[in-house]
Amino acid sequence: MSDPRAESHRPGDAAEVAAIVREAAAGAQPLEIVGGGTKRGYGRPAQTQASLSTELLTGITLYEPSEMVISARAGTPVAEVEAALEAENQRLVFEPPRLDSLYGSAGEPTVGALAAMNLSGPARVHSGAARDSLIGVAFVNGKGELIRSGGRVMKNVTGYDLAKLQAGALGTLGVLTEVTFKVLPKTETELTLQFEELDDARAVACLSAALRSPYEATGAAHLPAEGDRAARTIVRIEGFPGQMKHRGTMLAQALKAFGRPAELRDEKSRSLWRDVREVAPFLSGAETALWRASLPSTAAAAFVGSLPEGLVRRHVYDWGGALVWLETDPAGDAGAAAIRGALPGQGAHATLQRGPAELRARIDTFQPLPETLMRLNRGLKAAFDPAGILNPGRMHAGL
Amino acid sequence: MSLRMPDANPRVIARRDEIVAGLARIVGERWVISAEDELRPYETDGLTAYRQVPLAVVLPATTEEVSRVLTFLHEEGVKVIGRGAGTSLCGGSLPEADAVVVGVSRMSKVLDIDLDTRTVRVETGITNLAVTGAVDHLGFFYAPDPSSQLACTIAGNLAMNSGGAHCLKYGVTTNNVLGMTCVLMDGTVIELGGQGLDMAGYDLLGLMIGSEGQFAITTEATLRILPKAEGARPVLLGFPTSSDAGACVAKIIASGLVPVAIEFMDEPAIRICEDFAQAGYPLDVGAMLIVEVEGAPGEIDEQIAKITRVAKDAGVVHVREAKTPAEAAAIWKGRKSAFGAMGRISDYVCMDGTIPTTRLPEVLVRISEICESHGLGVANIFHAGDGNLHPLILYDINDPDQLHRAEVAGAEVLKLCVEVGGCLTGEHGVGVEKRDLMREQFTEEDLRQQVAIKDLFDPQWLLNPAKVFPLDVRDAA
Ligand SMILES: Cc1cc2nc3c(=O)[nH]c(=O)nc-3n(C[C@H](O)[C@H](O)[C@H](O)COP(=O)(O)OP(=O)(O)OC[C@H]3O[C@@H](n4cnc5c(N)ncnc54)[C@H](O)[C@@H]3O)c2cc1C
Repeated sequence: MSDPRAESHRPGDAAEVAAIVREAAAGAQPLEIVGGGTKRGYGRPAQTQASLSTELLTGITLYEPSEMVISARAGTPVAEVEAALEAENQRLVFEPPRLDSLYGSAGEPTVGALAAMNLSGPARVHSGAARDSLIGVAFVNGKGELIRSGGRVMKNVTGYDLAKLQAGALGTLGVLTEVTFKVLPKTETELTLQFEELDDARAVACLSAALRSPYEATGAAHLPAEGDRAARTIVRIEGFPGQMKHRGTMLAQALKAFGRPAELRDEKSRSLWRDVREVAPFLSGAETALWRASLPSTAAAAFVGSLPEGLVRRHVYDWGGALVWLETDPAGDAGAAAIRGALPGQGAHATLQRGPAELRARIDTFQPLPETLMRLNRGLKAAFDPAGILNPGRMHAGL
Repeated sequence: MSLRMPDANPRVIARRDEIVAGLARIVGERWVISAEDELRPYETDGLTAYRQVPLAVVLPATTEEVSRVLTFLHEEGVKVIGRGAGTSLCGGSLPEADAVVVGVSRMSKVLDIDLDTRTVRVETGITNLAVTGAVDHLGFFYAPDPSSQLACTIAGNLAMNSGGAHCLKYGVTTNNVLGMTCVLMDGTVIELGGQGLDMAGYDLLGLMIGSEGQFAITTEATLRILPKAEGARPVLLGFPTSSDAGACVAKIIASGLVPVAIEFMDEPAIRICEDFAQAGYPLDVGAMLIVEVEGAPGEIDEQIAKITRVAKDAGVVHVREAKTPAEAAAIWKGRKSAFGAMGRISDYVCMDGTIPTTRLPEVLVRISEICESHGLGVANIFHAGDGNLHPLILYDINDPDQLHRAEVAGAEVLKLCVEVGGCLTGEHGVGVEKRDLMREQFTEEDLRQQVAIKDLFDPQWLLNPAKVFPLDVRDAA
């Protein structure tokens, strides 16, 4: 028999997942939980040899377009879900990124991992995060019990909201076996207004002004100048054609203090936002460290400006400035102390989104939490996974 | 009364005077209520069939005072029931004889308005409508709009994850909160989230919202506010039968439109609301929908034209667009006063299950069959776009047998909701009302997993303890 510590499990259904986890718990055998394996470069490196892959847990289990809801087993490729939605003219409204170019990964991202990472694209600023669309989960907890929370209806306050808790928990609180998202109709068209040559502070002010308007900006990003490419400040609106005409004019009028914008339509607009969503096209290389800072948009430009000269190679603002991507050199702490030291405001945080495994193991990849919150985080880990076998240490040390 | 509450702890009852004195030392005598007649207003909430005067009521003024109050009650081993405005429809804020009600009504300030981050910071005792009131003149609003918004507080909304008529487009409470200040039972103050999105660590914000006051007393919150749409207009659609109206809801959504609201009323509800509000509702239809769309005038016209086309295919017999803001307000006034209007003519229990919208026609038929079989009337008023039903089962509170039958019928309706793939409660919460039905929706493992979280936040089960879970679940866990 092979070494159980190096085993890789490929359960075919939720009951098999439960059996594997029960056995692992009994033997205090940690498991790495793997979906498509495309995000191994995210989080602290796995400290386990055995793994549990969801690759055989595939298939859409429910899709009811008129109810705007879709359920799929955790290992279902995101692309499969998106294709099914596309066929009915619907979409995941949080604009899930793939990030395969960011991690240089092959393989297909899965819906389970999408939920576990709470990954959201530019539309998050308008339509909420993955966690806001995630209305139901089934998961196997660390005791090997199959648990359900939420369901297929979008209004549901029955019992505690464990779906939110699983979103972003990176598999440390359970192996997701099935996820249910609410979805929306696709919009007919989109239009992007592009302003040029604004400095960071003006750019964020422009994005704020757009988001304060009633024209429902669904994307608001700033791409600072790079080489001979001028800085671009972009605002996206979506809707039916008549609406775009009206809103485009009104929005340009509302933002006229920031210049006369160019109008990008159709594929030009779509491909630009695809790049913002994937962020890699704006970075200088594949081997650098990439930070994701979440903070009040009003403080974003000053925050970036306050960082030590030369620390940041490239940076990008998304979500109206509430998200700042910072590309740094992976040497030393890759800027962790400087970046976290400069973060303003209650609840701001910075995560090392990508970096060499050696770096992710050495520094706090995720924002260190105040002790009161860390105590609750540890308590939750113990409540879901008392033996500490699910992706131990992937998120915070000790979780 | 068919729901059992735990027996009061005689040790706590015996120490009542010391407890009251201890609370008075923290907040001042004036803000502790202990006289029987002054406690009366706190004995019940929106689920008026159940009443219990608490040991005392304390009204702190700051987070710091809440912390000191909880530290003290924790040391004393006294149960705590958080209270906002007491409009809960599931008995969420129903007191117990050996419990102290901690009310946040004195904490109702707006602390900060930041239009650039589109957030407001408030104390949680503020009413839902006052949040919108504070930003209305700036062209903004707070989106979750329970019908009780004039009275209910953000504290209650956070505890229940309340919804409203407009959540089809804007989501419910949990989708509109960025941060919270909470006080744990041992007095520890925690800050969850803030102005940054997607809080660090596990999503404690998402977990706290909807936890029905069982994890902490919340004192402040950072809420997302939104710029008001250029305009909004409702259209009234009348149908021969409830089934026709139900089928039309599914067709509207399938057509690719997402109205901000789709509200449903059946014939009994229409009649009662029209009587009360004179909203101009059609009295010769079996059911009607209020569909609201937003945007600039041209955008609204385009959307309403599309909706009307869909409704024609679904057999609509009465179409009325609001032509003026006054007409629009009248249409909404009828809907928003529905529960009050109903209350004038009959006592009722208000159910709150959600179902998959495709099952709407069939479920409406079965609900009327259930109520008929118990000899009771029913009126239906609800948020149809998201499948959140509110059958109002009518009974006479002076007839204990009728109350009993109403509760039995209500339980059957909720079981039906679960059976067709929905849930027990879409927005009102479990409270005491649906506590004993939780096993219809959850397995023992599911319930134990939830209870393990309660154990973590409140190991002694002092915070709103007799709610949400069947009483024996805790012992089994
Ligand atoms: C006519 C009417 C219409 C309604 N319409 C709707 C509707 O459309 N949508 C909807 O969702 N609900 C509706 N409700 C239900 C009710 O208004 C909501 O549940 C509301 O959120 C309760 O707020 P409250 O301030 O009255 O809370 P309370 O009733 O005082 O308390 C509700 C719960 O919150 C807890 N709580 C209160 N304060 C705190 C605190 N500071 N910290 C921790 N826990 C606390 C209580 O213990 C209790 O469990 C309606 C009720 C009525 C009477």
